[in-house]
Amino acid sequence: MCGTCGCGSDSNGPVISKPRENEHVHLHSHDEHHHNHHSRSHHEHHHDGHSHAHPEHTHTHNSHSHDHKHKVLEIEQDILQNNQILAARNRGYFEAKNIFALNLVSSPGSGKTSLLERTLADLKDEIPFYVIEGDQQTLNDANRIDALKIPVVQINTGKGCHLESDMVYDAVKELEMKDNSILMIENVGNLVCPSMFDLGESKRVVIISTTEGEDKPIKYPDMFHTSDICIINKIDLLPYVNIDVQKLKDYALQVNPKLKFFEVSATNGDGMDAWYKWLKSIK
Amino acid sequence: MLHTFFSDLYHTFSFYIFCNFESITILKEMHELSIALGIVKIAEDETKKANAKKVSKIELEIGVLAGVEIDSLNFVWSSAVEETVLEHAEKEIIVIEGKGKCIDCDTEFYMENIYDCCPKCGSNFKGILKGKELKVKSLEVI
Ligand SMILES: Nc1nc2c(ncn2[C@@H]2O[C@H](COP(=O)(O)OP(=O)(O)OP(=O)(O)O)[C@@H](O)[C@H]2O)c(=O)[nH]1
Ligand SMILES: [Mg+2]
Ligand SMILES: [Zn+2]
Repeated sequence: MCGTCGCGSDSNGPVISKPRENEHVHLHSHDEHHHNHHSRSHHEHHHDGHSHAHPEHTHTHNSHSHDHKHKVLEIEQDILQNNQILAARNRGYFEAKNIFALNLVSSPGSGKTSLLERTLADLKDEIPFYVIEGDQQTLNDANRIDALKIPVVQINTGKGCHLESDMVYDAVKELEMKDNSILMIENVGNLVCPSMFDLGESKRVVIISTTEGEDKPIKYPDMFHTSDICIINKIDLLPYVNIDVQKLKDYALQVNPKLKFFEVSATNGDGMDAWYKWLKSIK
Repeated sequence: MLHTFFSDLYHTFSFYIFCNFESITILKEMHELSIALGIVKIAEDETKKANAKKVSKIELEIGVLAGVEIDSLNFVWSSAVEETVLEHAEKEIIVIEGKGKCIDCDTEFYMENIYDCCPKCGSNFKGILKGKELKVKSLEVI
């Protein structure tokens, strides 16, 4: 059992699947839990090797000094470097194929999937779309996209609270995308962790709904700081919620003065035209 | 969905949830846990490369604008390093202060938050000079 998260089996790593297909792919190489199990056996292996190679060590404490040579490794390594390298690889692939990739981030339930559903339904005859869905569990969101006959892959991150670039790389291989298309990546609903993980996207889109409170941008500044677009969703609820949209925007601009806003209702379609116009302009 | 999410978290940090029921705080711990696991991976790889057995000391550099709470990192550390080369390592965190430069008036100023504006002209447009560091600076291995 994994001491870190209490997981008992391999099924807790990221899993990639497609709606209506029974096969799914476990990501063995890059996920942290696997790594953790892996490193554990590596550790034990070393211990074994140690005691075999230097049996005198177990007999006498005097050999301590010759065995325990301290060596300082000045590695200066960025902790997110691994993710950044793989993100750059994704970005190169997208650029070569002229695929515009959007990374959609928000708190759980802000309306990422609803926004995608309406956008895809309205624009699918004009723009070829592909979708990668990220959730801890279930194929629910992928099934909603699949119902619109848009190619979609679901990544279930298990315990993971964000997508990483290697998962996207593996999901992209399943999609077999055509050139000149748009890839929508719906990240795991979480306003904290995904901010640090570049997926190789062309633009990052943060979605906030009118029910969340206007000070979200300064409570979770990193997400707003790293995004290019801010979609304010559920504007149909404005008459019922106590929120000052201008204040929300001011807070967001304080964190990131380059943010571009769209105010929409994914359920009744208000404001979607400006968003569509932007999507078509980047194509 | 939300239920599964919280029950998963519950298994991970059950004792913590009892102390603090605010979901946001738990999310933050999850965040630092994934950072800690990234550090473990680097330490495991480097220790192996150097043909060493374990790490006796690790030096981290963390900028105040990096989006990582040092308290939270300390909190998840022991469970993240358990049974890894870092298990008994001494951990030193070098905190790097935040510094920005105003794009409108060129003033350089210290920053505590990513949204701090220029103290001279009030502009929100700035370049970040330092404070975003998130690095394993050195490892002392045996
Ligand atoms: N009134 C209103 N409700 C909306 C709107 N957009 C989404 N919703 C509702 O909000 C709830 C969550 O929407 P989703 O699209 O599933 O949200 P999500 O961000 O994909 O959620 P996760 O994937 O779980 O993080 C659903 O009940 C939607 O019907 C909107 O514009 N107005
Ligand atoms: Mg969704
Ligand atoms: Zn200034």
